[in-house]
Amino acid sequence: MFFNFMDELRAAGITASLKEHLVLLEALQKEVIRRSPEEFYYLSRATFVKDEGLLDRFDQVFSKVFKGIETSYGTQEEEIPLDWLKAVAEKYLSKEEMEKINSLGTWDEIMETLKERLEEQQKRHEGGSKWIGTGGTSPYGNSGYNPEGVRIGGEGGQKKAVKVWDKREFQNLDNSKMLGTRNIKVALRRLRKFAREGAADELDIDRTINGTAKKGWLDIHMRAERHNAVKLLLFLDVGGSMDPFIKLCEELFSAATTEFKNLEFFYFHNCPYEGLWKDNRRRFSERTNTWDVLHKYGHDYKLIFVGDASMSPYEITHPGGSVEHFNEEAGVTWMHRLTNTYPAAAWLNPVPEKQWGYSQSVKIMRELMNDRMYPLTVDGLSDAMKQLTRKQG
Amino acid sequence: MRFDGTKDYVATDDLKVAVNAAMTLRRPLLVKGEPGTGKTVLAYEIAKAMGTPLIEWNVKSTTKAHQGLYEYDAVARLRDGQLGDERVHDISNYIRKGKLWEAFTAPELPVLLIDEIDKADIEFPNDLLQELDRMEFHVYETKETIKAVERPIVIITSNNEKELPDAFLRRCFFHYIKFPDRQTMQEIINVHFPDIQGILVKKAMDIFYDVRDVPGLKKKPSTSELLDWLKLILNEDMPLEVLQSKDSTKAIPPLHGALLKNEQDVMLFERLAFMAKREAR
Repeated sequence: MFFNFMDELRAAGITASLKEHLVLLEALQKEVIRRSPEEFYYLSRATFVKDEGLLDRFDQVFSKVFKGIETSYGTQEEEIPLDWLKAVAEKYLSKEEMEKINSLGTWDEIMETLKERLEEQQKRHEGGSKWIGTGGTSPYGNSGYNPEGVRIGGEGGQKKAVKVWDKREFQNLDNSKMLGTRNIKVALRRLRKFAREGAADELDIDRTINGTAKKGWLDIHMRAERHNAVKLLLFLDVGGSMDPFIKLCEELFSAATTEFKNLEFFYFHNCPYEGLWKDNRRRFSERTNTWDVLHKYGHDYKLIFVGDASMSPYEITHPGGSVEHFNEEAGVTWMHRLTNTYPAAAWLNPVPEKQWGYSQSVKIMRELMNDRMYPLTVDGLSDAMKQLTRKQG
Repeated sequence: MRFDGTKDYVATDDLKVAVNAAMTLRRPLLVKGEPGTGKTVLAYEIAKAMGTPLIEWNVKSTTKAHQGLYEYDAVARLRDGQLGDERVHDISNYIRKGKLWEAFTAPELPVLLIDEIDKADIEFPNDLLQELDRMEFHVYETKETIKAVERPIVIITSNNEKELPDAFLRRCFFHYIKFPDRQTMQEIINVHFPDIQGILVKKAMDIFYDVRDVPGLKKKPSTSELLDWLKLILNEDMPLEVLQSKDSTKAIPPLHGALLKNEQDVMLFERLAFMAKREAR
């Protein structure tokens, strides 16, 4: 059973190794814990999980593996969790249907109806003591972790204890969740590249000692201070469909400005064309020619787009497709120019990754970026930074 | 040897299990959590509960791993050599012991606290892998190996500023101190202020959790801030009515300086108060 536990942990993306397994066995042998399932849960959690972002996943795995082994006491009942309902709604309704329903009533009303319907169905079809899962899909299907894998702890009529690991208290710490400024900064730090540039105003002790020893007189060497030499171009999509993500983009922006000295930013709408701007209030009067940007900033700049890439496909593929003005050259052309000038480029998309498939334009943009599109989450940002630091071939 | 919390420190069950596992197996315990949830205090309390000395190693951004082992003071030796001091012939006179060395050779089993390990350079934890795993290291200058008489209890705290390497994590137990729920918080307050009025605590906690729930706060107040705030309230002899007033126009809690540590957060509260006032009219 323990091996099964380890396999499940690994499948869920928690890197459990033999070392930890042996530690757990040793701890059990030395009777660190009293013989209760709670303490065993705490012990195995302390042994296997090394990142608070993974605690929630661990709870899920634990509950999956050891489900039914413990006899339960207590009488606490659980409600159908809202996020589960949302997951179900997303699973059973297509995007069009969702939009149709959304236009009919409020989200809460829909949820209420769905909840009722599910409860009815539950009584009619099952009635037994089975657990409800999301349509039989394993919670660890796709890409090791499926956020839809939310389970209901027990059924309405049948009283069952809510176990510690079923409470999933650490839910909002999961890695794939959105991020705050501090997290962004940490992720951006991956992009640091220290170099000594500029005036030599720091005493190089090692070389001074070496030189003095060799020459016999005090031979002082100076060197320049170490700076973060990474240069960054940030292109931010503003307006329209980006409005829900303003806060997130603000956070990214403020983190980036404090982290990088050589940072230049420009705004665009939906897709970059021949003009970009630096001040949104004067976006029509003070535009910068994109050619000038391409010429001014060297190839060593790294380019990051931030945008949802959700628009009509024509806005990318056809001249004159822009919603705001008549563009003589298609967005594709400009995207090619930008990515050719700056080999190190990435696109950060605030839209959750699982929704990318719904939009034609996201697919196109992703192809244009050579698949270098990342979700704007802690994980996505780290991946993007890793990719940017790689040598561009 | 078991740790069950102390009279000044409320430990949750999962924390106890993690501490006991680390103590029995003598592996380092890595503690993370929001600032102010008692990570560093945990080490103090373990040392107190066990009646053992505490060796503290506060890590800074400039701290290097070898400083924890030992440092060789070449400059002092050079000076002594020029002055013709007798001590110069024995190199061990110029080896200064670091905190790890101290912990390894302590006469009594100590608790070693490596505080805020994430402040140091990104390679810092990697440089300590062997030392923490085998609890021994080699001194090149004197060609001796320092080995721990008894493996010390090692508590490491981290604020998540840098990710720690996997190889390092493998060797540790891990515990994340989550923000205490109301019940635990009540216990914590009782431990710190045994004579406090029950009704006052209840009101104060209501306000405190309300403040934490306000969306958009840059720094949420944590346990240590609540304790400071309560201390202030008691010192000021604030009448209960001030806390009790349900007047929504006073959205800012009294003596808010102890809870809100950021001018943007105070502004946010002032704005909320203003809006509440306007609605009341």
